Amino acid sequence: MTVAPAPEAVVRLSDAAIRRRMLADFWFHFRQNRGAVIGLFVFMLMVLAAVFAPLLAPHDPTQQFRDALLAPPVWQEGGRSGFILGTDAVGRDMLSRLIYGAQYSLFIGVVVVAIALIGGIVIGLLAGFFGGWVDAVIMRVMDVVLAFPSLLLALVLVAVLGPGLTNAMIAIAIVYQPHFARLTRAAVMGEKAREYVTAARMAGAGPLRLMFRTILPNCLAPLIVQATLSFSSAVLDSAALGFLGMGAQPPASEWGTMLAEAREFILRAWWVVTFPGLAILVSVLAINLMGDGLRDALDPKLKRS
Amino acid sequence: MFRFLIGKILYLVPTFLGITIIAFGFVRVLPGDPVLLMAGERGITPERHAELSAQLGFDKPIWAQYLDFLGRLMHGDLGNSLVTKKPVLTEFLALFPATVELGLMAILIATLIGVPVGVLAAIKRGSWFDQISMTGALIGFSMPIFWWGLLLIIFFSGILQWTPVSGRISLLYFFPPVTGFMLIDSLLSGQKGAFVSALSHLILPSVVLATIPLAVIARQTRSAMLEVMGEDYVRTARAKGMPTARVVGVHALRNAMIPVITTIGLQIGVLMAGAILTETIFSWPGIGKWMIDSISRRDYPVVQSGLLLIAALVMVVNLLVDLTYGLINPRIRHK
Repeated sequence: MTVAPAPEAVVRLSDAAIRRRMLADFWFHFRQNRGAVIGLFVFMLMVLAAVFAPLLAPHDPTQQFRDALLAPPVWQEGGRSGFILGTDAVGRDMLSRLIYGAQYSLFIGVVVVAIALIGGIVIGLLAGFFGGWVDAVIMRVMDVVLAFPSLLLALVLVAVLGPGLTNAMIAIAIVYQPHFARLTRAAVMGEKAREYVTAARMAGAGPLRLMFRTILPNCLAPLIVQATLSFSSAVLDSAALGFLGMGAQPPASEWGTMLAEAREFILRAWWVVTFPGLAILVSVLAINLMGDGLRDALDPKLKRS
Repeated sequence: MFRFLIGKILYLVPTFLGITIIAFGFVRVLPGDPVLLMAGERGITPERHAELSAQLGFDKPIWAQYLDFLGRLMHGDLGNSLVTKKPVLTEFLALFPATVELGLMAILIATLIGVPVGVLAAIKRGSWFDQISMTGALIGFSMPIFWWGLLLIIFFSGILQWTPVSGRISLLYFFPPVTGFMLIDSLLSGQKGAFVSALSHLILPSVVLATIPLAVIARQTRSAMLEVMGEDYVRTARAKGMPTARVVGVHALRNAMIPVITTIGLQIGVLMAGAILTETIFSWPGIGKWMIDSISRRDYPVVQSGLLLIAALVMVVNLLVDLTYGLINPRIRHK
């Protein structure tokens, strides 16, 4: 004989328990996507590399070994055991620079997504919640930003602000922010008319509470997915800016900047060009794989068949 | 349809004005005095400075300056380059065909490969072809194309020596531009080997530029096809005993193409951003390289107007995509 659970049993689930169950549920769905798990694994490796860079890197990333300029990787003829992936044109160890480069990419991704996400959420909430002319004006401005190819607008913004890592991050964040604003707005407009929102309003919740405590948590799924996608785009775009000389400046071991410095040696020393780009590709790919899994696990509606 | 068209165009007016404000404001917020920038390194006397300021309208209030800017814009006057002193519009029009040729070739490659791959992956869902092609698409989608271009140069130009490293055509050939498209002009010139030379210069850059759109189109085609294949009318067609080729080719493909065409159209923004990188790597004399060079030379009139022209171009192409969408999908325009 089965006993129907008493209603109190359901009520007694604490917030923490609910959260734990949601997390378990999420992990169950996420785990089914093999690519996503691989992506997560590679991403964790990248995080570890960035955090423990001083321990992992065999050399200082800026130290120049004058006796080993453009030394090839260790498995190639002329390679030296001290420099597993070879050295660049001024004798800096490639492997150490790549490991330290992970710090840049992660930092850029986190900062860009944080700025774009927070800005986009606030703007999107305002537009979706108030509607009317506020919405019309905000969305027009977003349309204008979206009319420019993102890399071009970021380039011009950096030209205005001055080349450098900080300005590149600000520029990329500004360019990405409309995507978050649009998503938030659409989600808010969908949720606004729901009964739980009306109930909260009746209970006397003010607009700020309604926006941030009542509605926002229910709009998070698409935002998290977009945040992952933006993270990988931010890594790509900041590397592109670095490559064009507008991002992180030498001697920074940012991967795009490393590629820019390596360009003139492409026909002489394949390793100075190949490895930084491979690092960019692998990290972007890992994040995109993770994003696909996140989307499937968080939002079944968006699931790609 | 007419109302649909007018509505779409009216919708763009505020966006276009916004673009002009950004392009106008961009030069204003730059650090430094624009007159001093124009005067160059040697500097000028205060009298000459005041004279130049008045001549350029910098002594007027900011809104009047903006209206002047809009007025000149409407007359097709986009200012002159600080470096070459030529009108920006003339320079733009001279370089534009190179970018269009590159972009068209890229979108052609992306579509001709992406659509069949997507369709096949959807039909053979779960097969090794599906898995390999979709993994490939994800890699393409994540590709830093500036690195990809360098790799292709190392392999095809460096090791195999099949293709040249940069430019649009070998210096051996010279002919006046007729259409601005090197492929067509080289054919028209009748010079032996010119067309092959132009093609070999074009192939690597367009493959590089096609990479991301190709990945997006293949993924989009696959998921659109999968969605359509699950529809009732496809099942009905199958149930009637229609051959698979006809079901896929006629019933499914036609309907699946609607979102795919939109996706292809929306790649123009991606192409313009990609053109900046691709043209820089291959020294392709187009709009992207022109913008980069102008930014680094601080040639602000060029940057300002180039930004404006490119954004307007993207906007117009997006409008055309919208209209095509309305044409092929009656459900949209009758809403």
